[in-house]
Amino acid sequence: MKYRYANWQEYSKYIADDHYYYARSCIRQNFFPGSEKAFLDILRNDLGMDITEDPRHTTCTGIGYHSDVVPLETTMAIVARQFALMTECGYENYVASCITSFGIYSEVLDMWHHFPELEAKARENLFKATGREFHKPKILVHTSDLMFHVREKIAEKGVRRLVNAATGEPLKVVDHIGCHYAKVFPKKGIGGAEFPYVLAGMVEAWGGQSVDYPERRHCCGFGFRNYLVQANRGYSIANSKKKFESMAPYQPDFIVSNCPGCAMFLDRWQFTLNAMTGSNYAIPSLTYEEMAGLVMGIDPWDLGLQMHQVPVEPLLDKLGVQYDPAAKYLGKNGKFIGQPVAPAIYNPAAL
Amino acid sequence: MGKYFDELMQDHRFREGLNACMNCGACTAVCPAAEYYNYDPRQIVDDVQARDDESIEALMKSDTIWYCGECMSCRPRCPRGNTPAYVIQALRKLSQKYGFFTESEKGRQQYALGKVLGGNMMELGYCVHPTRVAPRMHPEQGPVWAWVHEHDDDVFARFTENYKKQGPGPARAIDPESMAEFRRIFDVSGGTEFLDNIERHSLKKAEELGMTPEEYMEYVYTYNSGTHTL
Ligand code: SF4
Ligand code: SF4
Repeated sequence: MKYRYANWQEYSKYIADDHYYYARSCIRQNFFPGSEKAFLDILRNDLGMDITEDPRHTTCTGIGYHSDVVPLETTMAIVARQFALMTECGYENYVASCITSFGIYSEVLDMWHHFPELEAKARENLFKATGREFHKPKILVHTSDLMFHVREKIAEKGVRRLVNAATGEPLKVVDHIGCHYAKVFPKKGIGGAEFPYVLAGMVEAWGGQSVDYPERRHCCGFGFRNYLVQANRGYSIANSKKKFESMAPYQPDFIVSNCPGCAMFLDRWQFTLNAMTGSNYAIPSLTYEEMAGLVMGIDPWDLGLQMHQVPVEPLLDKLGVQYDPAAKYLGKNGKFIGQPVAPAIYNPAAL
Repeated sequence: MGKYFDELMQDHRFREGLNACMNCGACTAVCPAAEYYNYDPRQIVDDVQARDDESIEALMKSDTIWYCGECMSCRPRCPRGNTPAYVIQALRKLSQKYGFFTESEKGRQQYALGKVLGGNMMELGYCVHPTRVAPRMHPEQGPVWAWVHEHDDDVFARFTENYKKQGPGPARAIDPESMAEFRRIFDVSGGTEFLDNIERHSLKKAEELGMTPEEYMEYVYTYNSGTHTL
């Protein structure tokens, strides 16, 4: 079935073909280091693109900003430093590996546009602290925008499609876009806030079927302070629960998320809900880089799928991926490093 | 009358976030916090636009302004172009400026957020780092994360040569000069003072409650009176 909404095209944006300054994400590098590696490997090595990485960049402060412990002026000056590094490296296109960062950069640029005095202050603070100056990026995109942009090339080079290898049926995929991708500025996200197409476009190009489940646009429940403070986590899990209940009737083969935090939560909260309520959720929760990596034939353990709580093997089997089950939890060069305990006997209080 | 309102108006987010609210409730309808907590962003926006100092001060001392998850779901929905979340961000900033945040259970949690996120940023240049997501504080992360956390050097070695070392790659050590620049930016732009101010007010509250800083940290991080949800 073709994706139902034709009107995603009302919300599309210009994405430069090449030459990007790449900024990592606190959350993605933390929980999905293999995804960032796959993104760079596919775009650079398989597609020959110029994506530069600069180890001097830091957090954008986004999580601190949205937890209200970092003031706007500080966030703007840190963003200004990232732009200064981009400028010094000779780039004009900025690609961020994080939805929170993408939202932060978009908001900062928009506020500088409306309130030039804020930009002047950020420039002054940056210069005072570092002696640096900067040009604003000509193009600002999220890593998924760039992957969406090259989805047909990935489809051409891929070794498999998102179909059940035994039946030839397309896999059913539920996506989660991440609030700050398009709810801050609908025009800055492919498909906007209502007709999210950035992931569905990849799913369709790679042979899968995108399912428009009712709570598709609902927040995963991160809510910054609502997850980061233990006393508030009921909020977080309640929102993810609402999403799982909404997607489950469609029997999805996997979830794919735009935002690294969401991909992690939609993985971990299945385990927690099962432990709390006796439910049996087991829907693999992938990043779009992991989805692309599987299409490109990257070994699942080189993609980091062993770092997921929800087992991915049923999905790998459906896709017909050849993998070594015994290698799942090995370190580099086959080093034995133990393996996680079973969920049923896990006791974090004893740690 | 209007002192706090005038001060809120100096926050650019507040100016962007509040036009004239017509009380339609669209923001509340879509709000994930309103679905979980006893919380109504429409009411906050309406209270604030009345410009009454007393009720704005009461808001800044209450749990109410701390329920929002800053997801921004309200932003594209408001027919008046308001962003309730921006109004809340401005209220939270002012609440912390005056130390009102220590008057509420949810507000006091800013101490834990400042310590954890401030510490991660100042020491490592990241908001989050694998070494800082301790399974004891994060039981919900599950056994696979506990395994990653325990064997982080080996797990990360599959993806990068530079885990916790200088050079490109995920969870690398940021070079000392960049870290110095990062901290100086916090100093000159008010970020350091903002964190210090949270700490000052929080430790005063801890003393009032007869708690050590460690006890206060444990308390704000874990205590839930169970009176917040619908
Ligand atoms: S940003 Fe806050 S007020 Fe707005 S929808 Fe999200 S939780 Fe509700
Ligand atoms: S959606 Fe806008 S106009 Fe309607 S109640 Fe919320 S803030 Fe007011």
